[in-house]
Amino acid sequence: MGNMSEVVKKCVNNYQKDPARMLDVIRDVQAELGQVSDAAISEIAGQMNVSSVDVEGVVTFYHFFSKDPVGQYSVYLNNSAVSVMMGCYEIAKAFEKEAGCKFGEVSSDGKIGLHYTADIGMNDQEPAAIINGVIFTSLTADKVKAIVADMKSGKAARDIVKEFGDGKNQSELIKSMVKNNIQKKGAVLFAPFSPGSALNKAVSMTPDEVIEQMKISNLRGRGGAGFPTGMKWDYTRQSPGEKKYIVCNGDEGEPGTFKDRVIFTEIPEMMFEGMAIGGYAIGADEGLLYLRGEYMYLKTYLEDVLSKMRQAGTLGKNAGGKQGFNFDIKIKMGAGAYVCGEESALIESAEGKRGEPRNRPPFPAQRGYMGKPTSVNNVESFCSASRIILEGGEWFAKMGTAQSRGTKLLSVSGDCKKPGIYEIEFGTTIQTLLEECEGRTAKAVQVGGPSGSCVDKTKFGQRICYDDLATGGSIIVIGQDRDILQVVHNFMEFFEEESCGWCTPCRVGNQLLLHKLEKVMHGHGTEADLKDMEQWCVTVKSMSRCGLGQTSPNPIYTTLKNFRGIYEAKIQKGKDFVSEFDMAAAVKDSCAVAGRKPNVEGH
Amino acid sequence: MSKPVVATTSLAGCFGCHMSLLDIDDRILQLIDLVEFHKSPVDDIKTFSKMCDIGIIEGGCCNSENVHVLQDFRKNCKILISLGECAIMGGLPAMRNGIPVKECLEEGYLDGPTVDENKKGARIIPNDEELPMILDKVYPCHEIVKVDYFIPGCPPRADLIWEALVALVTGNELKIPYEVLKFD
Ligand SMILES: Cc1cc2nc3c(=O)[nH]c(=O)nc-3n(C[C@H](O)[C@H](O)[C@H](O)COP(=O)(O)O)c2cc1C
Ligand code: SF4
Ligand code: SF4
Repeated sequence: MGNMSEVVKKCVNNYQKDPARMLDVIRDVQAELGQVSDAAISEIAGQMNVSSVDVEGVVTFYHFFSKDPVGQYSVYLNNSAVSVMMGCYEIAKAFEKEAGCKFGEVSSDGKIGLHYTADIGMNDQEPAAIINGVIFTSLTADKVKAIVADMKSGKAARDIVKEFGDGKNQSELIKSMVKNNIQKKGAVLFAPFSPGSALNKAVSMTPDEVIEQMKISNLRGRGGAGFPTGMKWDYTRQSPGEKKYIVCNGDEGEPGTFKDRVIFTEIPEMMFEGMAIGGYAIGADEGLLYLRGEYMYLKTYLEDVLSKMRQAGTLGKNAGGKQGFNFDIKIKMGAGAYVCGEESALIESAEGKRGEPRNRPPFPAQRGYMGKPTSVNNVESFCSASRIILEGGEWFAKMGTAQSRGTKLLSVSGDCKKPGIYEIEFGTTIQTLLEECEGRTAKAVQVGGPSGSCVDKTKFGQRICYDDLATGGSIIVIGQDRDILQVVHNFMEFFEEESCGWCTPCRVGNQLLLHKLEKVMHGHGTEADLKDMEQWCVTVKSMSRCGLGQTSPNPIYTTLKNFRGIYEAKIQKGKDFVSEFDMAAAVKDSCAVAGRKPNVEGH
Repeated sequence: MSKPVVATTSLAGCFGCHMSLLDIDDRILQLIDLVEFHKSPVDDIKTFSKMCDIGIIEGGCCNSENVHVLQDFRKNCKILISLGECAIMGGLPAMRNGIPVKECLEEGYLDGPTVDENKKGARIIPNDEELPMILDKVYPCHEIVKVDYFIPGCPPRADLIWEALVALVTGNELKIPYEVLKFD
């Protein structure tokens, strides 16, 4: 007990009892004690002078915080759709065999805890897991055996990694086995970039001129929603207030995307410089990078990049050599929650709270981080901004299609020979992409992750762009032998789990949809069940408060449209109603505990 | 033309929905003119002796008897209505759905605070063959049988029940003001 309160005291003092650092405090307590128990929650609340309920609310919101012990080594194995395709459950069995406990449990000596987690941004090298913050990719049963042996012998997780990935993954500060898998370079993101050049050019212009170039470029946000970046910066610039913030959305939670991971690893200078350009344009002196908890392995490296940029004069006082432009960037870590990618939820989380979306208006451009005007933009949007300043808005606008200018990074995974990052010009068709990534035998492609759409063969001629198939960049190739309903089920489980629970259509609706889907998958569905699903999809999409709920029925909604035959084949045709209820199963437990023989017929 | 025949029952409910039905005040006289009641707690008729037009169900299914009564209603009623939150979603009784039935029974009959301290060792979980068997969780009616209409509320307001019934019986359009369906 004494020890616990000492640990809490140390962690709390490290952050000056600042409630906005609540996630950091909890993360440190969890790291030291292996859990954040009720007692630790009261202790944190007492020492930080906030209510226990507030602390508990945060602890129970995020995947990587736990009231129960997670194990000295906490294994978080990704069980999202592509990991399952690549054999996640075989790997799970191997872990269970070697560790001697089941998933959801901690081994009896408290050493190894096995947990599932949602997508961790490694779809191009699944099955993958995070162990004490360290990433393990392309797992096999043999690798698992060796990893568990090393854990049992007490090796630090970092020292268990024996092979390193390509590029900067090998650098001293990352030393990770993650691979970049950059398959195709384009003119915007992966063309040569000389650090410092973009900001130097930007500060030689007026902020209005910078915004003007952004507007000419027609850059639309790369985070998924596609809002014009120039316009967002303009609104934020014009919002009244002295203090403003520029925030980089590095949550990258949509299953199937991993492009931001590669940007962080290979071209972080270009991204940070884009943030500084944004800061200059809107009149901010502070930038925040919100980095998803899964990418903790990149934090030290990114901090180092920032400090080198300060030394080079790109950040800090008179940033980019501009008298009076003082701009610096801090990194805020997430702790595992998909909804924190939604910009207002991200702001809540960055303020140290549960990541629940806010009501809008006010929009972040009016009242964002700490109540001040804030522009939240995607990682790739900031990189594109750097290039636009260097090459000019018109140069950028020459690429792509009418509604979608420039290039886009796609994260390609699933049943193809060359998974990885593709920088394509907007307007590329699915078919062309499938040729390039060698996924020609696909029967379906999931464009835009679970919240996007599942596209069938007849539509492979469609183009990737806002005018046709919009995407934040996640492309999952689904091969001939896959059961599409299994994939849909995996996606719906994801949304059911990730709903923040604030509004009923999303909290309850997704659960109802999931159960209805299961009914159909079990062969107990009817035409009426399909109709119900269609109707409920519309209700959830139209009645939910934020983008999560508004897109969460899409796995069912789009496959009911594009793959109707799969559902039709599962249902009992011509029947009015089929029940899933099984009396014998339902009374089994109660009869056993009462010590009576079930009498299913007689009652 | 003979009057439409209505049957009602309360399964895993609190009878609040039936109370709300009675809360239509003097319209109860109009109701008697409009319909004939058959098997129902209202007139205490215990068994079906003819086909009914409308069956009104309060409460979900928490035991084997509830299931059989519900199935009986489906067989003997042309139209089935789930009345109130318990019938539609399980309602308050479904709060136990997150807890294993074993724990519920042990808490109720062996270990709970209302169990006589001195007799703890001698207590049993009731196991008479005559008793209905408890289900693993409380089921909403439409998971067991096909349900045609749902009247929401806990309980649904008397006005809502009245308007819905009249519309169903007369075939007129159901016009309900927003306030009658709004719950917060
Ligand atoms: C549930 C949900 C998750 C999101 N996740 C991300 C994300 O991981 N990264 C991101 O940039 N935008 C994400 N967004 C979109 C953001 O709300 C916001 O539109 C975006 O960060 C703005 O940047 P942009 O204009 O550069 O695209 C998400 C939205 C929702 C509703
Ligand atoms: S739609 Fe879902 S995730 Fe969004 S606020 Fe509502 S409950 Fe939360
Ligand atoms: S819905 Fe409400 S009033 Fe009706 S039976 Fe259930 S608890 Fe009672």
